[in-house]
Amino acid sequence: MRLLNLIKIAFKAIVLNKMRTLLTMLGIIIGVASVIAMLAIGEGSKESIRSTISNMGSNMITIQPGADDRGPARGSGGDVQTLTLQNYEVIKAQADLLSYVTPVVNGGGQVINGSNNWPSTIYGVNPDYLEIKVVGLQSGSMFTNVDVQSASKVVVIGQTVVDNVFSDGQEPVGQMIRFNNIPFKVIGVLEEKGENTFGQDQDDVVIAPYTTVQKRILAIDYLNQVIASAISEDDAADAVTQVTEILRTEHKLLDAEEDDFSVRSMEELISTFSSTSEMLTVLLVAVASISLLIGGIGIMNIMYVSVKERTKEIGLRMAVGGKGSDILMQFLIEAILISITGGLLGVILGLGATVFIENFLNWPTSVALYSIVISFAVCAITGIFFGWYPARKASALDPITALRYE
Amino acid sequence: MSKDIIKIEDLKRQFTMGTETVHALKGISFNIKEGEFVTIMGSSGSGKSTMLNILGCLDQPTSGEYEIDGVSVKALSRNELATIRNEKIGFIFQSYNLLARTSAIENVELPLLYNSKVSTEERRERAIKALEMVGLGDRLHHTPSQLSGGQQQRVAIARSLVNNPVMILADEATGNLDTRTSYEIMSLFQELNQKGITITFVTHEPDIATFSSRTIVLKDGSIMQDYKNHKVQSAAEQLAKLPKQDD
Repeated sequence: MRLLNLIKIAFKAIVLNKMRTLLTMLGIIIGVASVIAMLAIGEGSKESIRSTISNMGSNMITIQPGADDRGPARGSGGDVQTLTLQNYEVIKAQADLLSYVTPVVNGGGQVINGSNNWPSTIYGVNPDYLEIKVVGLQSGSMFTNVDVQSASKVVVIGQTVVDNVFSDGQEPVGQMIRFNNIPFKVIGVLEEKGENTFGQDQDDVVIAPYTTVQKRILAIDYLNQVIASAISEDDAADAVTQVTEILRTEHKLLDAEEDDFSVRSMEELISTFSSTSEMLTVLLVAVASISLLIGGIGIMNIMYVSVKERTKEIGLRMAVGGKGSDILMQFLIEAILISITGGLLGVILGLGATVFIENFLNWPTSVALYSIVISFAVCAITGIFFGWYPARKASALDPITALRYE
Repeated sequence: MSKDIIKIEDLKRQFTMGTETVHALKGISFNIKEGEFVTIMGSSGSGKSTMLNILGCLDQPTSGEYEIDGVSVKALSRNELATIRNEKIGFIFQSYNLLARTSAIENVELPLLYNSKVSTEERRERAIKALEMVGLGDRLHHTPSQLSGGQQQRVAIARSLVNNPVMILADEATGNLDTRTSYEIMSLFQELNQKGITITFVTHEPDIATFSSRTIVLKDGSIMQDYKNHKVQSAAEQLAKLPKQDD
């Protein structure tokens, strides 16, 4: 009952000073709106990175040679020849948390079809590759394990390669092309995947059996990579551990020695890239928080003015029986009402800004519920924090002095 | 025999200003009975304002006894004093002290807002009744800027009545008003007094004292005179004697 009265009094004071209250709120409104919009941008970019990586196969595990620091200088992973075909076979046989495994050997070269040519990369893999990369075929078929065993000269190519070497709209499947002057028969065309988040064209590839690429193009007997997919996304971390143990045994590493290979799941890749965008989000939120702080100081300022202006009113309220605590509550409620109303308007403006950014700037955004809850809570706390001191000052006034104040 | 509303016994109040001690009240004793209309007179510096602050429970005496309606004020805390002011005293000020841009009825309701025993409906009802008592039953929703000085003071009087105080305490309540309007206000006070309301009126205008039943004159912190007025003038009659207004 009493509290309700105080809320009414405070509400009345706000309504009587509409313009001033609105200007005071502006700081809070802008602060809250920017916190929400910034977090939405941050969350949005994080989600878009996550979805791109998931598109590349979210339970994919990459095994690379290297990470060998026994020498004074570290070599780059690709130069090291420690990953062998035998390693791949052991992994395939023993790692039961993996559903698909393929060796990868890759090299650059020129794709030639008649008078057209195009620089691309050839990947030597086995048929599991499509499952691991989560990609289908738009026409033709994938090569088989028989092709791998016989090192057949067949390829499946990406759309970018098709566009560049079959420029006259010819159907590529069944045609012969040359890669580094070695003739291959095109047996399939991959589905278009477009660019990934890192700007890499995922359609600019030539895929062939790894045996063919090893023997006929690169003339090597080691592997550049082994890629695999865990049976589920949840098992990815355990699969990484399993593969690591298998490889350590295979490479006869002592306990004290570090791995001479690296095994990474997509999850780690996601967190690496997410941490960059998280950093950015933290920065954005820090800037937005400063405006919230300034908004709070604005409230404190206006509450001071209000207490000064209404000294006589405070004296009167005390004379007719208002206790110090009543006066304190009245001004505190007033400050909280200003900040909460400002917060509410800020949330609406922030959501509006997010919709605008999404639709007109085409940035990915995602409004997190927690950002609304947090910025709203911060508002209420700002009101209490910055309203307290002026309210305290009002409540400590001597009624006699306050009544005589001109 | 009516009971004493106010009992004051050897009341002293001193202020310390730097190294100097100012004795504002130097041992004052008097009682006010229920239904009295007392004026407290004195020039500036006589201790009149200090007396008013203590009577209004805004200030506490340094020594001596002050009882209002049987409650000794000396040992009360700030909050307890606020409750006494809320329940036992009705204040009227020289400058009305109404809340700006707030309707008459809301101004009158103000003291009851601080009394949690009064419900919203009762508060409104009592405010309307108080405004009717001072003759403003048709101006409930006017704001102070839409009212004349005399009407504003009437709103203030209604506000002082609304909590059914044991005593109305008026501080130079006619000081800002012209003669005609101040006679009107005095006549209203007399009317209220007739209904049995105790009034203490602090003023420095001698003619105001002629309307009251008792006068206490202060000088330099002591009581110089305390006399009953046996020939109380009627403010209404005085008002009738004033020349007609030009317009």
